[in-house]
Amino acid sequence: MKQFFEFVKKECFHIFRDRRTLMILFGMPVVLIVLFGFAITNEIRHARIAVLDQSQDVLSHGLVRKITASTYFDLAENLRSEKDIMPAFKKGDVRMVIVIPGGFQRNFIRERKAAVQLLTDASDPNTATTLINYANAILMQYQQEETGMKHLPLTIQPEVRMVYNPTLKSVFLFVPGVMTLILMLVCAMMTSITITREKELGTMEILLVSPLRPLMIIAGKVVPYILLSFVIAIIILALGAGIFGMPLKGSLALLLLACALFCLTALSLGILISSVTNSQQTAMMMSMMGLLLPTILLSGFVFPIESMPLPLRVLSNIIPAKWFIIILKDIMLKGSGLRQIALPMGVLSGMTLFFLVVSLRKFNIRLS
Amino acid sequence: MRTIFFILQKEFLQIFRNKSMLPIIFVVPVVQLLVLAFAANYEIRNLSIDIVDHDGGNWSQQLKGKLLSSGYFQLYAQTGDNAAFEDLETNKADLILTIPPHFERDLVRDGEAKVQLLVNAINGSKAGLAAGYAQSIIGDFNRRIRLDWLALDEDDAPSHFDMSFRYWFNPRLNYKHFMVPGILVVLVTLIGAFLSGMNIVKEKEIGTIEQLNVTPIRKHHFIIGKLLPFWIIALFELAFGLVVGKLVFNLPFEGSIGWVFLFAAVYLVVMLGLGLLISTFTETQQQSMFVTWFFLIICILMSGLFTPIESMPEWAQRITQFNPVAYFVKVMRMVMLKGSGWEDIRMDLGIMVVFAVGLNAVAIWNYRKTV
Amino acid sequence: MTQPAITTHALTRRFGDFIATNAITFEVAQGEIFGFLGANGAGKTTAMRMLCGLLKPSSGEARVAGFDIYTQTEKIKQRIGYMSQKFSLYEDLTVKENIRFYGGIYGLSHRQIREKTGALLGKLDMEKEANMLVSALPLGWKQKLSFSIAVIHDPSIVFLDEPTGGVDPITRRQFWDLIYESADKGVTIFVTTHYMDEAEYCNRISIMVDGKIRALDTPSALKQQFGAATMNDVFLQLARAKS
Repeated sequence: MKQFFEFVKKECFHIFRDRRTLMILFGMPVVLIVLFGFAITNEIRHARIAVLDQSQDVLSHGLVRKITASTYFDLAENLRSEKDIMPAFKKGDVRMVIVIPGGFQRNFIRERKAAVQLLTDASDPNTATTLINYANAILMQYQQEETGMKHLPLTIQPEVRMVYNPTLKSVFLFVPGVMTLILMLVCAMMTSITITREKELGTMEILLVSPLRPLMIIAGKVVPYILLSFVIAIIILALGAGIFGMPLKGSLALLLLACALFCLTALSLGILISSVTNSQQTAMMMSMMGLLLPTILLSGFVFPIESMPLPLRVLSNIIPAKWFIIILKDIMLKGSGLRQIALPMGVLSGMTLFFLVVSLRKFNIRLS
Repeated sequence: MRTIFFILQKEFLQIFRNKSMLPIIFVVPVVQLLVLAFAANYEIRNLSIDIVDHDGGNWSQQLKGKLLSSGYFQLYAQTGDNAAFEDLETNKADLILTIPPHFERDLVRDGEAKVQLLVNAINGSKAGLAAGYAQSIIGDFNRRIRLDWLALDEDDAPSHFDMSFRYWFNPRLNYKHFMVPGILVVLVTLIGAFLSGMNIVKEKEIGTIEQLNVTPIRKHHFIIGKLLPFWIIALFELAFGLVVGKLVFNLPFEGSIGWVFLFAAVYLVVMLGLGLLISTFTETQQQSMFVTWFFLIICILMSGLFTPIESMPEWAQRITQFNPVAYFVKVMRMVMLKGSGWEDIRMDLGIMVVFAVGLNAVAIWNYRKTV
Repeated sequence: MTQPAITTHALTRRFGDFIATNAITFEVAQGEIFGFLGANGAGKTTAMRMLCGLLKPSSGEARVAGFDIYTQTEKIKQRIGYMSQKFSLYEDLTVKENIRFYGGIYGLSHRQIREKTGALLGKLDMEKEANMLVSALPLGWKQKLSFSIAVIHDPSIVFLDEPTGGVDPITRRQFWDLIYESADKGVTIFVTTHYMDEAEYCNRISIMVDGKIRALDTPSALKQQFGAATMNDVFLQLARAKS
């Protein structure tokens, strides 16, 4: 046992000597959390719009005022003719053009119908749809104010309630996501690289002829990374809770248990990778392409799984990160207990067992 | 000049001899392009909905039909309150529409009735869009039954705005046409920044750089010889990706493809300069990879690739002005989808040239043949 | 004799507080085989790296092939060949490709490269291996190939940094034959080693201890001076004197 601790100590020295990597390991979660928390949002505000007002009457001016008074839209320019519309879009800044044809007010009063056209730059389809929704709502309100009609007959009032996340904060999505990503990075990528490095430098052989059992060696190599990832996981949780008010409705113990399980899954993946490769570069590429990208893309962290085509939805089931994110969200936001998260926990445990068995068999073949 | 030729020859021999390099250059990008284009999809469709109908009348049937035929929603179950909430809790349903008892009666008698939408909002942007779709469908339905009920023609209705919408440049709201040009930028960026940096550090790691440093090889010859192969490969990659994009996703080519390549050529010089700069202060490939990854992930997340730059806070927008990835993503989409030309992109191109010169100057100044 | 190939005066290099090379002064004549001996960490490699223009000196002066090592390093680099203890050919290129690459960056023409390649492969008896990857060659062959490539541009001085580390005695002997052949053509050889038998092959040797040159003369003169039978004894006496 004493030998084992000596070995763990040596590994810790390795990690702490490489300041640059360590700084990135701790800096990455902080930067990612800040970026996702403050900078990256789908919420649209201050979209730049242009107006082509061919009426220039009281009603049309009121409409433009109403639209630009909202925080959603900023008036970028007033166009003079229809010829100006295309260049305005092509320059890339203007997202929407409001075209008000001549005689707007007259038509509204006499014909009881006044045309307004909303042109959007749909090269970004979601922004375009959202902008039209916003503009639509503002115009409806303006129309009601102008006609003075408060109550139309037969009005269906949709009452929308956002459950679990009333203010639509994306924190609840990215805190679990960033946590998953970093744990994957530290546990799987770093372990696979550190084990292959020993192979590459030939020091693995020296360790293997030492009285330490092979299992002990692997354990000794991964223990420091488990500690490191736990520290990072707690930092992320603290940041999420402290800065963004990420709730923790379920039990902290259960959450940490789930983290430990996922660390183990990631580690077993890292060991698996290192058991099939011999060079650091290959290990890096495999972790990058095989682990990090799927974790980002197919786990539901950045992109909703529901809107993917069927093959990708099926594929996403073998991504451990997907299950971990489900567990995290359930515990933190819904306060689920062990019973509700039994399925994803079971899947993760099964995966871990599978990876460990495969990689241990690979190792044994190599050693004999 | 001749020296550069010999270095280029050597680099290409080494790149094409490396068994793990070929798939990285030729297979991985295509797979990434395909997977990303399908996965990076914020087009929200097939939202699963639970409907709780306490009324069961004619109008509530019609409303249901209208929702489910819109293409956005798929019925998961039509059940009672508790079962529906359980579905929401277990992620089986994304939203619940509850039609209260006496919906039809209230609507006629009181002129007003409520329906309730419960949306699972853990994914905020998805919930926002889901609620938006549902509301606009309900609003449409409302207008129609009102006119029916009052037995009015559209023209006899009270004064109203006649709103029409046009989706320019992408009338069918194809999300892939939006994403694919951006994904190509990411692929080209990865080749440019990662491989070039790692390639130089590799010579450090295996010690051959020392042998080169005692030769009369000129600093800029060496650097050009090292970077040019990746410049060529990345441009080739871009062409390859554009062809795949055209064939698989029927990507529109509104503008001149020449502008795309001109911009890419300058942009790549920036990215290669970044790789070079990172290689000057890292010792191992592992370090170089980590540092590059760190910078790239920030640049890509803040590039407007997934989320619009306008919605970032002002400080973040100001930082984005120094993010080369953001410029390329923007120009790529402008030229490909909107047919923007020289007049529209020259400012961005100018900024890119400034970046290219600045970054490479720092990198070359930082690169030393002596220790 | 014309001007010396290498002259140094009080050449010093510090790394922080540590003085790796402490005011060394010596001269190497043209065509001479100059051995540079010392224990690991005695400052040999630092001195050599400064002379090759890989490292800037902290103080002192030196000229290599008549050029100043502060201001004319690029001119020096055209006149010298260099082979380091770390194997520095490209393992993923073939023998021929390595020769072509180094010939090319030293500015040889395509015709010269072709001629040199033929002559070199013939001399090393490696025609059959010309298209083999360097990684597949045994270490001894790699070292001989490295040396031949280090002199491909007919430099006037060749720096060899422990060129025979880890090589079997027979290959070492062959390696020294290559060195003698170059020296006979008037090339100056500056070689570091810690094989004392190799020291005997040199025209003159210097022995460095803790960054300073403690002895400098022909091998026979040194043995006489220290009253020792072999160079090994000379070296051991100097090393003990230190402690």
